[in-house]
Amino acid sequence: MSIANRRILPGFRLSLSFALTYLAVLILVPLAACFVKASTLTWTQFWTVVSTPRVRDAYVVTFGTSIMAAAADLVLGLLIAWVMVRYEFPLKRFFDSLIDLPFALPTAVAGLVYSALYAKNGWFGQYLFPLGIEAVNTRLAIVLVLTFIGLPFVVRTVEPVLESLEAELEEAAACLGATRWQTFTRVIFPPLVPALITGFALSVARGIGEYGSVIFVSGNKRFMAAFPDVKSTEIAPVLIVERLDAHEYAEATAVAVVLLLTSFVLLGVINHLERRSQRHAG
Amino acid sequence: MQVETQWLKPQQPGRRVQQEPALLRWSLIAAAVAVISVLVIVPVVSILVQAFAKGWSVYWRSLADADTVHAIKLTLFVAPIAVIANVIFGIAAAWAVTRFRFPGRTLLTTIIDLPFAVSPVVAGLMITLLFSRRGYFGPWLLEHGIQILFSWPAIILATAFVTFPFVARELIPIMDALGSDEETAAVSLGASGWQMFWRVTVPNIKWGLLYGVILCSARAIGEFGAVYVVSGHIHGQTTTVPVRINQLYEDYNNAGAFTVASVLTLFALVTLGIKVVLERKTRQELEEAHSETT
Repeated sequence: MSIANRRILPGFRLSLSFALTYLAVLILVPLAACFVKASTLTWTQFWTVVSTPRVRDAYVVTFGTSIMAAAADLVLGLLIAWVMVRYEFPLKRFFDSLIDLPFALPTAVAGLVYSALYAKNGWFGQYLFPLGIEAVNTRLAIVLVLTFIGLPFVVRTVEPVLESLEAELEEAAACLGATRWQTFTRVIFPPLVPALITGFALSVARGIGEYGSVIFVSGNKRFMAAFPDVKSTEIAPVLIVERLDAHEYAEATAVAVVLLLTSFVLLGVINHLERRSQRHAG
Repeated sequence: MQVETQWLKPQQPGRRVQQEPALLRWSLIAAAVAVISVLVIVPVVSILVQAFAKGWSVYWRSLADADTVHAIKLTLFVAPIAVIANVIFGIAAAWAVTRFRFPGRTLLTTIIDLPFAVSPVVAGLMITLLFSRRGYFGPWLLEHGIQILFSWPAIILATAFVTFPFVARELIPIMDALGSDEETAAVSLGASGWQMFWRVTVPNIKWGLLYGVILCSARAIGEFGAVYVVSGHIHGQTTTVPVRINQLYEDYNNAGAFTVASVLTLFALVTLGIKVVLERKTRQELEEAHSETT
């Protein structure tokens, strides 16, 4: 691919200077404001804010539910990707296009409908409640809605890799006497691992930051030291909003910085994996 | 983190050497269909059923509610501005990144993805830190009579922040794959920069660009967390459509909430439909580019 010379194609200065200015104003200045605000706290103050039982508990809920939802997406996403790539069946295109709905549907709508479906008298809730499965105002409810939000990430990262696998390898494995299961675990699965990790990380990253859908389903039960048995459902973003409403900006920022840094680490992992898989492919 | 925009699936290869036994195959298909049904299809159906449960007249009455109408107007005002700003940025960034080499080029492509890693609530927090009464720019701006927070400028900023990467992420791979031969030819033959842009570049990327716009719009219209934080969610003044759904829900007006939600759901379904068509078009666009170069 040819990258043209600056002297031939026009617009280098114009496009780059506009892009950088817009990026700086819209993204970098706000990001800087966040870290500057956080730096007005000393380490001890910072630590005091993020280590109170309530904040710690909110982190446990946020990260725990995100990881569990991403794990569920990993299994369900691999299943769906496999079926979509390998098999033909009626209405396949219809089902395939609906997988992207979580990208297109506003999260508030997802939260609203999930809270209604799993409520005691809801379409699913009426059957689940007698079984003791309560998927509203519980951590399970958060995991469920985050599973919905994160599903396309895994499916859409795994699909292209599954499609690019060469049939010859599977044939060779079969000719050499491998069972279908051996072929899957030894030949098909290993190349999928980077894509699965990427999908998992994307799903976790999205889950950590999710707010709109969670506040509808979680009931926002805060941690109370007096009732350690009550499973709290307050996520870190809810705590940030609450601190902001109380005009405790520094505290809100401290809580946010931990989320931000976690997401950046995940973004780094994803970028690294993508670059590595590109190098392998190219 | 380009999955959300990574829709250029390779053509389905028509080969299948080995298949699982029919029983296993159909069990897997049934399981996958069941998962999609429970997670996606039933919720969508349920939104539409609940919204229309009491008939058309109630539906229209809930939609005609003054605060709801105001929320729809606000969203239709704010979202296009954020989308247009991100489209201009996306084209500029994609042009700079794919057509020229310069120091920091890889870094720039990485930074474009940053907003994906920022929770919408945290994005809202950042804007609050800048423009609140006790923020970094807020006091000065308020002295000069410029209100940003709890008003539409902050909502635009928040929406633009959250939807920032979509168009650029969409265009960069396409413009990379198309290469710059046609543009170089146009310029060599005496076309001005803008002539080249409008007659060569834009026609080449039109479907991909449109796709980016659709994706960006869907997110802009549906954005909740960031807008919720910076808007102050003042009834009838700074509520966008998703925030309005939350208000109705908190007022125990479930029918109203589902009515408004059904509008956004129909919009999401239309988005998916357009997406399917555009995917096909963009694939053609890229295949044509490939067949010409090889």
